[in-house]
Amino acid sequence: MSAARLGSVPGPVMVAAGCGGTGRELLPYADQSGLDGLDLVTRSITLDARSGGPGPRVVEVPGGLVNAVGLPNPGLEHFLATELPWLVRAGARVFVSVAGATMGEYADLARRLSRAPGVAGLEVNVGAPDEAGAGLFEVREPYHAASVIAAVRREFPTDRPVLAKLRPDVSRIVEGARACHEAGATAVVVGNAVPAAFADGRPAGLSGPAISPIALRCVAEVHRALPDVPTIGCGGVHDLASARAFLDAGARGVQVGTALLNDPTTVARLRAVLLPDHLTTPEETP
Amino acid sequence: MPEERGTPAGPVHVEGEVVATKRVGAYRHLTLAAPGIPERFRAGSFVAVTVAGHVARRALWVHRVRGSSAFGPTLDVVVQVQGSGTAWLAAQPVGTRIAITGPLGRAFALPKEAVSCLLVGEGYAAAPLFPLAERLRERGCAVSLVVSAPDEAHLLSALEARRSARSVTVLTADGSVGQRGGVPDHVDELLRRSDADVVYAAGPAVVLRSAAAAAERAGAWSQVAVEVPTPCGTGLCHGCPLPVVGEDGVDRVVRACTEGPVVRGDRVRWDHL
Repeated sequence: MSAARLGSVPGPVMVAAGCGGTGRELLPYADQSGLDGLDLVTRSITLDARSGGPGPRVVEVPGGLVNAVGLPNPGLEHFLATELPWLVRAGARVFVSVAGATMGEYADLARRLSRAPGVAGLEVNVGAPDEAGAGLFEVREPYHAASVIAAVRREFPTDRPVLAKLRPDVSRIVEGARACHEAGATAVVVGNAVPAAFADGRPAGLSGPAISPIALRCVAEVHRALPDVPTIGCGGVHDLASARAFLDAGARGVQVGTALLNDPTTVARLRAVLLPDHLTTPEETP
Repeated sequence: MPEERGTPAGPVHVEGEVVATKRVGAYRHLTLAAPGIPERFRAGSFVAVTVAGHVARRALWVHRVRGSSAFGPTLDVVVQVQGSGTAWLAAQPVGTRIAITGPLGRAFALPKEAVSCLLVGEGYAAAPLFPLAERLRERGCAVSLVVSAPDEAHLLSALEARRSARSVTVLTADGSVGQRGGVPDHVDELLRRSDADVVYAAGPAVVLRSAAAAAERAGAWSQVAVEVPTPCGTGLCHGCPLPVVGEDGVDRVVRACTEGPVVRGDRVRWDHL
């Protein structure tokens, strides 16, 4: 399968999963076009509602945040009835992040989302820092991640993109990216929270500027080994320089996550520079 | 978004400036020029500020707002130094520019009629009760204010509230000023004496819980401003779980920064907090 047959790659700036709230919370910090045309990845949606883990869920460390939020979300039904229609009305290009406990759940999510109006694409969460803790399907082996992508691909229209979000595992990233792309992923999102722990040893994920060099290394490795596999960099993007570093390393786009928690206008500011035309109205076009 | 009485709705993210700073007891009071925020502020909402060298933001209670001053619209916040971020904030001199987002969260709901209200606060977190007392007085409510602290240094000044409150009671755990004891020791008696229909509380969980329980015993409504660490303050990260019972009786976990910080006292699942 060629990538062209599997939907186009979004970007160059996207809201990363888990850092855009329900989407509504971003609106006060958007530019004058609001969420119109914004590539937004939702928080991970599971079949059933999840209330998330106990507090503290997010703890600050030098250079980043350690989190174990536990994928709180209202479940697919409620998401389809409330959050998705709102996002679609607001004009966002919605990429639904999906997470499941079994391969069947991933397929079920993909099948039902394929019929939901306004879903621009899917992002398959195959790189949570701690699948076991979050009760997710174990995808540490590239083969397993690829199986999930294939299951999702079978249920989702080929003209819309499926993104595979991989953990920045330097030793296995090329293997994972290759397997997911061969299984039908339009692009691989290289970078997610890095497996870490809270001070008391509780499993968690590290995000923020501290992990940027790790994600960048992974993007560069994938691009060097698999130049035809579109990659989207994700990890510590917080300003133009950090975004450019990913683009220069071969990424087609970047996702912004933790930086939004520090400055909710980050995506709007990066879009203004990296998408200079998106604010131009037809009347202003020469 | 709905607008109330013509005030602009929703939070804004602005570059503000420290225009005054003074030490008050154990706290640092900062006055921040923050264009757009005072106009939108309602008592109980808060602001989040960016702290140099830190990824998480610091949520601050607002003690006072001025629609206009020599520096434009300003807001006063109370900083208690608890770590390197708040230490940085407390040390900033006049002129420092700071990114501020606000007002954030749900504010105290005001009664429609002029009823009797008991306001109970402890430590720096009592800050939102002061602008609340002013709003209530404007509505003709009889306000009884209780400010509590471990000792005198951690007491927010009750003097300035005297013009908004019918009565002010000071409690300190060590008895250094006012009555000796904490909110849980006195709240039932204070509630009985004030004959309040509504109890508003701001402070540590133990204070909120005792105020909410006293209100329930007396058949009064209660609203509490819950302080849960909010890493972003804006609702984006889902990192500030607040366990509540919904209107439908179903247990759920909401975000303290967007569905709170003010919630009905009888709705909080205190044992799970």
